[in-house]
Amino acid sequence: MTRLATLPRLDCPNDLRTLADLTAARIGLARSGSSLSTSELLAFDRDHARARDAVHLPFDVPAIEQALRVRGLDSMALQSAALDRACYLQRPDLGRRLSSAGRAALQTHRQSQASSRSATDAADPDHASSRTLAPDVAVIVADGLSARAIHDNAVPFLDAWLPLARSQGWRLATTVVASQARVALADEIGAALRARLSVILIGERPGLSAADSMGIYLTYQPRPGRNDAERNCISNIRTGGLAYAEAAQLLTGLIVGAFRQGLSGVGLKDDRTLINPRALS
Amino acid sequence: MATYRARLGTTSYCFEGLGDLLAKASPLKSGDGLAGVAARSEEERIAARYALADLPLSTFLNEAIIPYESDAVTRLILDTHDAVAFQLVASMTVGEFRDWLLAYETDTACLSALAPGLTPEMVAAVSKLMRNQDLILVASKTSVVTRFRTSIGLPGRLSTRLQPNHPTDDVTGIAASILDGLLNGSGDAVIGINPATDNVQTATHLLQLLDELRLRFEMPVQSCVLAHLTNTLLAIERGAPVDLVFQSIAGTEGANNSFGINLALLQEALDAGRALGRGSIGNNLMYFETGQGSALSANAHHNIDQQTLEARAYGVARQFEPLLVNTVVGFIGPEYLYDGKQIIRAGLEDHCCGKLLGVPMGCDICYTNHAEADQNDMDNLLTLLGVAGVNFIMGVPGADDIMLYYQSTSFHDANYLRQVLKRPPAPEFEAWLARIGIIDTHGRLAPPGLAAPLLQALAQQTGDEHP
Repeated sequence: MTRLATLPRLDCPNDLRTLADLTAARIGLARSGSSLSTSELLAFDRDHARARDAVHLPFDVPAIEQALRVRGLDSMALQSAALDRACYLQRPDLGRRLSSAGRAALQTHRQSQASSRSATDAADPDHASSRTLAPDVAVIVADGLSARAIHDNAVPFLDAWLPLARSQGWRLATTVVASQARVALADEIGAALRARLSVILIGERPGLSAADSMGIYLTYQPRPGRNDAERNCISNIRTGGLAYAEAAQLLTGLIVGAFRQGLSGVGLKDDRTLINPRALS
Repeated sequence: MATYRARLGTTSYCFEGLGDLLAKASPLKSGDGLAGVAARSEEERIAARYALADLPLSTFLNEAIIPYESDAVTRLILDTHDAVAFQLVASMTVGEFRDWLLAYETDTACLSALAPGLTPEMVAAVSKLMRNQDLILVASKTSVVTRFRTSIGLPGRLSTRLQPNHPTDDVTGIAASILDGLLNGSGDAVIGINPATDNVQTATHLLQLLDELRLRFEMPVQSCVLAHLTNTLLAIERGAPVDLVFQSIAGTEGANNSFGINLALLQEALDAGRALGRGSIGNNLMYFETGQGSALSANAHHNIDQQTLEARAYGVARQFEPLLVNTVVGFIGPEYLYDGKQIIRAGLEDHCCGKLLGVPMGCDICYTNHAEADQNDMDNLLTLLGVAGVNFIMGVPGADDIMLYYQSTSFHDANYLRQVLKRPPAPEFEAWLARIGIIDTHGRLAPPGLAAPLLQALAQQTGDEHP
């Protein structure tokens, strides 16, 4: 009967704030009557306002593409079949498919890649084989349920991860910046880019404690119809959450494992403990 | 499959089977749009309601919306139907049934006697013809009282589930939230923890903590760790102090399979819980959670609308004489219930339908941050359900669940409702709150400046044991 002894001694039982140090839950709140005091009410509303803004903040695609260009990465902007935020929130199925314009753009991109490859291959047949190989990793940067999470975290994360990817010698596909996107949109994009593996950086559903949390989902041999059990997830990447360097290490380890084992998802074992994915799909 | 028709002006509308008719008659919900079963226009919706109003109630005993042969929930509903109780309304159409429910003469005793004669499809059908105020009035005439260590659902009472979740199941953090809840008068429905990790060891550890707290402070409460039923069965086998057995349930066999359960397993769990004999004043011990949209998200919805399937989940629940049935109404997200208006409607429908079926309904009045809803919408639903006589609501610290990432109702929200509607907690718990000094003789919380004896006792006892 010593489990309660894990509670610290409450030297000042009048002060409920003593309890509040023991959990991030909102306890020991000041009351007026039985209702919340003004300061507590405002604190809650502030946190909710941040979460709401994060859900509806427009995705700044040009800024992301500009940052990618500075880092020597070419990119293309695509939209899902969900045309606006209201549609996106009500029709997750549309957020998992490309718009017809997006699909056409990817096809054009692939054809131009193929023709430029065959032209250079013809001119320089000795090195043709390496150039015609499909990309190893398709990176997709997607708004998901929090554009703010991507604005704040996507580029700093890539700065931590790109050196690791280069040291592994992985060929990267054109980076796709996807709007109104759900996780599974990476399946269609990854398949269209003929990538061996897709990595999608995506804004997680904002909570009251954090509205800027980014998640990363990895899928080996992406193609439409993959299910969530075939993906691996790294969650809660943000300032005050999982650090960029640590997330970059985790992702690199998972990709190495996926290529080695030829799979991703629940069958992919990693020595490091993953943080549980948060609900977002 | 029968075809149902209605003519509005010069336009004829045709509905293929009862499922189509019920879906098209449903108030607008994003989940029915996602499933592709919703009415295509407002007029079609009303045409479906005209056709539904003329439908004999007995039709639902002759035409199953999901075939008897292929669905265990359909078999349960039809095999356990009480034809004698049904006699009272057997000759009515759905429209006449609504009128009858609203009549002065239809009182609590009447509705209690009728409950076993109603099927989930009947109550779903009539609810589609009801305005929000009808759902509130009819529900307020029902009474479903259940007991374990407290009496829940007594007229004029309101109970709360204390929900002290923690993202890593930290025992100290959970205990702190429990104490804060108790000091705010919360916890008479259940002290129920959603574990962050679903394993037997964690569940057992938390159950021991809860039982120790209960015994030390002689609290008339029941506890629950909302683990999967199979884990709770294992915990029982290992001697853990299990009060309530929790499980999420849904309205189709396929959706229940996706939850990893079936009817036989539910019966096994009920028997195992009852064998422990831990209830002091009653043996209702199942705690079920449900919510519109769960069958569609499991792709097991058979093209039936989400509200009708939700009512069928209550048909499953009542077979196992639960202590608590909780519709977690806005948790599922805006693809099923888009905004405050849809969440409020669904909460009122679920509560009324459950109560008509004789199920002890409570509601997790809640929303996620990507739904078009906020705490004001929850205040509205909270007040409406209070007027409707809901058995219990949630008490989450500051309304913010830091493990499940959604917003519900706080201890303070429950106390608001107690004040405006004069609804104290369950009598056994109320007496304990008064005895230990958390509330005064007027039912008011002790002023924050005064030390509650509970906290003092805890300070001493934990201090004594602390190394």
